[in-house]
This record gives sequence, C-alpha cells and structure tokens, in this order.
Amino acid sequence: MTTHTFKLNGETVTVEVEDDVRILWVLRDVLGVTGPKYGCGINVCKACTSHINGKAFNPCSVPVGAIGADDEITTIEGLADTVDGDGLHPMQEAWLEHDVAQCGYCQPGQIMAAVALVNRVRAEDRAITEDDLDAIRNVCRCGTYSRIRDAVRTGAEMMG
Amino acid sequence: MGKQAGREPAARLSRRSFVGYVVGGTSLMVMADLALGASPASAVPIPSVPQIPELYDLNDFLVHCTLPTANHVGIRIDEQGDAHFALPRMEVGQGITTAVAMLIAEELDLPLDRVHVTLAPARPELLFNQLTGGSNTIISMYTPIRVAAAVARKALLEAAAIQLGALLTSLVAKGGVISAPDGSSVTYGDVATAAAAPTTRQVKVTLKAAAERTVVGTPQRRIDALDAVTGRKQFAMDIAVPDALPTMVCRAPDLNGTAKSIRNEAAVKAMAGVTHVAIIETGVAVRARTFGQCIDAVRALDVEWNAGPVAGKSAPDILKELRAAQLPLVVPKAGAATLDGDFVFHFRSGSALEPNCAIADVRADSATIWAGLKSPIDAQSKIAKILGLFQKQVSVNVVQGGGSFGRKLFSDGAIEAARASKAFGAPVKLMWHRADEPRQGRVHPMAVSRIRATVLLGSVISFEQRHTAVPTDFRHGLGERLTAEVSALPTGLGNLGFSETVFMLTQELPYNFGVITQLLNEPKPAPDRFNTSSVRNIYSPDVATANELMVDQLAKRLKQDPVAFRRSYLKSRVVKRVLNRAAELGEWGRAMPAGTAQGIAIHKEYKGATAVLVEIDCRPETVNRKVRDAVTGPRVTKAVVVIDAGVVINPLGIKAQMMGGFMDGMAQALTYGNHLVDGHFLEASWDNSAYTRQWNTPFDFQCEVLDSESKVPGGVGEAGVAASMAAVACAYARATGKMPTEFPINFHDPLHFEPKPFIPSVPQSPTDGLSYTS
Ligand code: FES
Ligand code: FES
Repeated sequence: MTTHTFKLNGETVTVEVEDDVRILWVLRDVLGVTGPKYGCGINVCKACTSHINGKAFNPCSVPVGAIGADDEITTIEGLADTVDGDGLHPMQEAWLEHDVAQCGYCQPGQIMAAVALVNRVRAEDRAITEDDLDAIRNVCRCGTYSRIRDAVRTGAEMMG
Repeated sequence: MGKQAGREPAARLSRRSFVGYVVGGTSLMVMADLALGASPASAVPIPSVPQIPELYDLNDFLVHCTLPTANHVGIRIDEQGDAHFALPRMEVGQGITTAVAMLIAEELDLPLDRVHVTLAPARPELLFNQLTGGSNTIISMYTPIRVAAAVARKALLEAAAIQLGALLTSLVAKGGVISAPDGSSVTYGDVATAAAAPTTRQVKVTLKAAAERTVVGTPQRRIDALDAVTGRKQFAMDIAVPDALPTMVCRAPDLNGTAKSIRNEAAVKAMAGVTHVAIIETGVAVRARTFGQCIDAVRALDVEWNAGPVAGKSAPDILKELRAAQLPLVVPKAGAATLDGDFVFHFRSGSALEPNCAIADVRADSATIWAGLKSPIDAQSKIAKILGLFQKQVSVNVVQGGGSFGRKLFSDGAIEAARASKAFGAPVKLMWHRADEPRQGRVHPMAVSRIRATVLLGSVISFEQRHTAVPTDFRHGLGERLTAEVSALPTGLGNLGFSETVFMLTQELPYNFGVITQLLNEPKPAPDRFNTSSVRNIYSPDVATANELMVDQLAKRLKQDPVAFRRSYLKSRVVKRVLNRAAELGEWGRAMPAGTAQGIAIHKEYKGATAVLVEIDCRPETVNRKVRDAVTGPRVTKAVVVIDAGVVINPLGIKAQMMGGFMDGMAQALTYGNHLVDGHFLEASWDNSAYTRQWNTPFDFQCEVLDSESKVPGGVGEAGVAASMAAVACAYARATGKMPTEFPINFHDPLHFEPKPFIPSVPQSPTDGLSYTS
C-alpha cells in the first residue's frame, strides 16, 4: 500500500491504498464518498462522472496512483461549494426546476457532466446546440433524457 | 357472486364515508384497513363477448388478493405535528412516495414537506400487500391512505376543540394549524399527544370531495429531488454497515452455469485487499477492501465450470422451439380475405442502472439484509429457508432502488449476498458487475406473435393472436396466494396457469374486430432455463406492437387512414379520447418528406389508456449519422404521449413515467436486445446494449395527461411502454414502406461491438481516464 494525497471537495485528503485502485473505489469504499455511482466500471455509462481540476472525468477509469497532491477532485457533494453563496449550484437548481430525477441513480453523474459541458461551450464562446446535447454520453435507464436536455439549457442560462 | 359480496369490506359506509381507528397508545397513531375501497370488478358477471380485462384486469386481481389479508396501514403524528408513514411498497423511481405523501398532505391539511414517507421493512403479515408490481400501488392504497389521514385529522381536531374550548364544527384546520373562530389557534404538534387514545377506538370520517382538493391533482416535484441532485440520496451500496466489505461474484461463461472447483484459491486469497473466496450457488464469490480489488480477484480466478442449461443454444434454436409450440389458429386461411403477420421479439435485459446489489450480515442465529426489494416478504422467507433460520430471525430492510423494471420483484442480489455472507462468516456488500447484468440477469422473455385477421365485405370480422414466449418467471411470492385465490376468479380463469392468467388479465384488444381470440403459450415450463421476469409491462409491449402493426395493415387493406380506421373500429371511449387528442396535438397527417413519417398507436391497460404519436426520420443521412461509439440509426424526432390515467394524483409524476416508458419502448423497437449465441448472451455493458441515449432522444417530447372521466386512479408505473414501442414500429413501417417483423429492428445488423471475453467474466477497468477529460 502507498500513501496518496490529493484534494477532494476543497479539502486535502490522505489515503493508504494500492496505486492501481481506481479513484471511484477510493472515493466510495475507502473514503465513504458515495455521490459518484458505479454503473459499468469501464468508462461507458458515465454514472461516476466527477471533476478533476474543473474538467469532467470518470474516476472508474483512473488509478489513484495517476494523480498527485495538486490535483483537485470535485464530486457531486462538493459541486455547490464551487460557486459563491451557500445555496446549490445553478445546475442543481435547474435540475430541481425541471424535476429531472426519477430513481436518481444516474443524476449525480448527469449534473457533473452538464456543468462541464456548459463550461466547455462557454470557453468556446458559443451557445449549446442539439449536437452538444446529443453528445452527452450518460446513460439514464429511467429515461429522463428530455428533461435533462431542458435542464442543461436552463442551467447554462443560470450559470450566466 | 355470494362469495364476492361477502368480501365487501364491512367498514365501507358510502362513497366517501369510511371507518378507521385511533390506535391506543401514548402518541397519536391512526390506522385504516388496507382493503378499504377495494372492490374488484369481479362482482359483475362476465359475458363471453367482451374480453376479460375490460371487466376484470390484473389490478383487480392484485387488489382482490390483498383483501383477505385485512391488514392495516398506519400514520403516526409526532410531537412537532409532522406525519410519518411507512409505505409497505418499494420506491424504485416511479414516484409513489411522492404520490402517497400528497394523498396524506391533502386529507390531513398538512404541508407536503411535513409528511415523511419511508419504506417499511418486510412485514410477513401483509403477504400480498407488500408486492410492488403491475403498477398496482396507487390503485390499491388510494382509499386506505386517505382514510388513515382523515382519522388523524379528526382526532387532532377533537383534541383541539377541548384545548381551545371551541365547538368541533367551528374549527378550521389548515397547514398543520387549527384555528377557532375567536382567532385562537393550536398547531398539530400542540395537540398530538392529547389526541392519542388510551385504547383503540373507531372513528368515522368523510373523505374530501374532489372539488375540495388543493394538493392532489396539482403538479408536485418529487419529495426526494433535493437528495438526488446533491448526491445525498442513499442507495443500498451507499449505506455504511460496519465490516460489510465489497463482494463480487465470478460467473460461469454459460448462462446459469455453476462452479465446480477453484484451481487457484490460495493465490487469489493472497491478492491485495482480498479477504475471502468461496464457491456459492451462482459462481465464486470474492470479498475485498474495494470493489476494484474484487474485480482483480474475479479476473484472476481459475475456475472449473459446469455447463449451463442452454449450453450451445442460440437465438434461432429458441425461435424454432417457440414456433413448434405455437397454438393453432381457429379461423382458416381464406385467400385474399386473410391477413397474416408473424413477429419475433428477442430477449432484452431488464437491468436498471444500479446493478443487483445488497448488504447482508448473516450470523449463527440471525441475518440482516439491506436491499431494494419489491417483494421483501418473499425475500425474507427464501433467505430464511436458505440459511436454515426461522423467518422472524431474518430482518429485511427495504432501501430505495435505482430503477427496477420488474427485476427487483426477484431478490437475486439479496439472496446471493446472504449466501456469500454465510459462506464467508462475515458481512458483505455485494454488487453485480455490470457485465453480469445483461449476461446473467433477468431478461424480458423471447417471444413470437402470430396474428391472423380476416377482412370481409369491407370490414374486419376476425382477429386472432397466438403469443408464444419463453416462460416468464412469476415465482416471487405470487404463487401460493394465487392457488388460494384462483377458484375465486371469474369463470374460466381457474384452470389456467399463472402466466396465462396474467396474460388474460392484461391483454385486451379494444377494437370491434368480430371474433377475437388472444392466447398465450409458454412451452418448456422450466423457468430456470432463462432468468426472466415481468420486465416492465409484462407481455404488453410485444403484443401491442404486433397488434398495432397489423391494425395499420388492415387500415391499408381497407384503404383508410390509420387514425380514421382506429376511430371507426375502437370500442372504448377512453381509448378514442386519447387517440383523438394525440392526433390533434401531434398534427396527424401533416406533410412529411420522403423517408420520414408519422406513426400512431394505442394501448389500453391499467385502468386507463395511452396513445402515442411519433415522427421518425429514416433517411440515410440521419440513419448513418456518426456519434463516437454510438448506435445511431433511425431517429425519432418527435413524440407525443397522451394518457388517461384515471384520477390524477401527481400529473408531473405521470408525465415523468410516460417519458421513461417512451424511452424504453423506443429502445425495444429500434435498438435494445440481447443476442443469444452459443449458450450465452453477447452483450456485457452499456457499450454493447444499445439502450436509448441522448443521441436517440426525440428533439421534441410532449406528454398530456387528460382530465379523466374515471373515479379511481390508474397505475402508471409501466403504462407508457407498450403504445410507445408500437408507435415507433408503425412509424418505421410507414417511413420505409416495410413492416418490421423482428425486434429490435436492428437485430440482424452486423454487431456494433466486439463481444467481451466470457473468461474472465468481467472486463478490467481502463486506466486511461485522464486522456478523456472534458
Ligand atoms: S462507472 Fe464510471 S463510467 Fe460507468
Ligand atoms: S434517474 Fe434512474 S437511471 Fe437516471
């Protein structure tokens, strides 16, 4: 086992675990951070989507040994703290407004992916297109897809 | 008849007057009989002409089966005046906790956020009442829940009258506060203790009339929405149970194969993080500090396997079996007057996004289980039997599930977790790998549907359907009850097996097509050859798709427009209403470019009706559009769903269910299937199973919930799937000029994926995730 230190939701954490254990399991099984969900373990369902240094990534497919002390991971639990104020993140508000969640299992990943999408599109200085929405890969077996499309658009507006 | 009349609950006084109880004790606890308001339509004689579900359907049967248990549901009012209710049903995303909270809030005059609905652990005395299936929850609990809430309200008012020194009839309850005419007031919390009764007493209440309602029928967001968007919503695998370490199972390469021996047990036990390795019924279980290390161990295991029950068989073999078992049609072929159709429906995985999972802590003389279960009593009794314990030594905690689709009627994960915990002598947090889900999990059974219709002198005079399917497994606690109840079923149903009964009670062709016969046959009645379950809507999606495609063919034969044809042949007013509204909303008949088309279909079930209109784009530039690693194909660009769901409790919840049902039905029509090849299913994850994704989602989705003429709520958990699948199939046929006969439509396309290995049974997680940040 090796000692690993990284930033998680604004705090520095240190864990003792083998280098090759994927970050999803370090979060869920070792640190008890259960917002990111398991849906495939092979980077196809996107249920585990979280952020690393502000970009979307899938912790099921990154070994903990691949990140260092300066890397900052944000899970759904820490998303609200990435914006000012003590309420929710605007994307979470949009999700509530459209009552997106059904069983809710995919939704932490959907929201994290949506925030990253809006940031990316913004950096390119353009508006969200149908193609951008089509390219969201997150599976929702409950089929909330249309509400997700609406909520991403609302969330983008609310993110200013 | 006499028998039925005797079942009429004695407590029922008039349409809105009922009797409930204040239960003796120190805090205010109220109860109502679960059988209240349940009067299955079986009291009506069944003439031979209408089909059975018109008068007595699956929901009547489920309600009927709950009657003799005559048990109670209770609401507790705490000292803050908040209401607590433990729902003896499971929430798997269908929004029943929200709907139930709304019913309580309405009748109790309490704000919705002060009604706390939790899921009840297994209560063996409730038997049938604890089965969440057939979209029956709201139908069967509608009255008892309202009665209990009304009793609580009355008890609080009585206590307030004493405290305020005012006349009971002069008091007004609103938002959890009771006010007297002089302006003085008390909160529910102030009088909750005083309202408690030393001994149980009967209370007569009158329920609110529809016009007095302020909560029920208004759109309400899900009560767990905030937890869902903040990551706080806890699923089974998120619960921290001391020492319950991650556990996974290494499964046989064959479907339902079993483990004979482990060749490298010591080496696997010595791997990093691994604590236990043992053969169990369904494979080799491994327990480790993290699931990642379980995956490593599963992949490293060298196991000698026994072959599975369908070793070497592929889809065409099963198809041959089904065809050979088809029941004969009654009406002979009559040349040009006959229209024949023959449809094939392949296996589909019923897996949700949350894999099968459960926590189990099995000790020498007790066991505790945490899992998302739809039949917890059945799980409790099965697990007790397996462990050699008494049923009362097993406690089963029901957790919110990540989607169900009929799969959680079975307790596969919980039973497996109990076996593993017992084998290890340690608590386990057991989860299936995703690869196990489509390969070894519950599937919608493969089926063939043969249809023959006869057209004579410009009208349809007969319509026959022979549905032949791999047996659906109904062994989840319904069985025993059925044997007891079956003699009470309407004429002619008593001789049928359970599947046939369910088929008869759910399938109904609501058209005036003369002689109609619809029969189910399930050959080889060994339900353990395949792992099937009543995945969403049971037989209906397949049956409806076959029917509605044939209805379009009949319209064509009679040179009529599909909507006009349906209008003139439909016998049900409810169905006509949804059809007309869908046609209107979706602008039926508008001009569309070649290669694109509209399609429309109806379905009647669950005490309501659904009509779906879609527009599909089958032009090559659309079909061949490229999205990385995606199955694209024909694109449904627009969907309109209209439902009559009976009395509406939460329109927002119904719309959500319809959207989900649509996405499911569309996938079943176009892309979502399991390929059985050489004794196992090829699909192993979401990159293989082409379920609906954003790139398949219609740009425009609309759903309208009609103001119903019905007085009772219908079930909505599954109602949207059948008409959606059928409408997409009908639109595809009209856009391409070719009626599809095999589903999913892309089943024979070249595989879009390289099948993952069967040994090891699970794929390794990639390590290159950082090159895909976005
Ligand atoms: S679990 Fe990470 S992408 Fe599916
Ligand atoms: S809400 Fe259930 S999987 Fe998306």
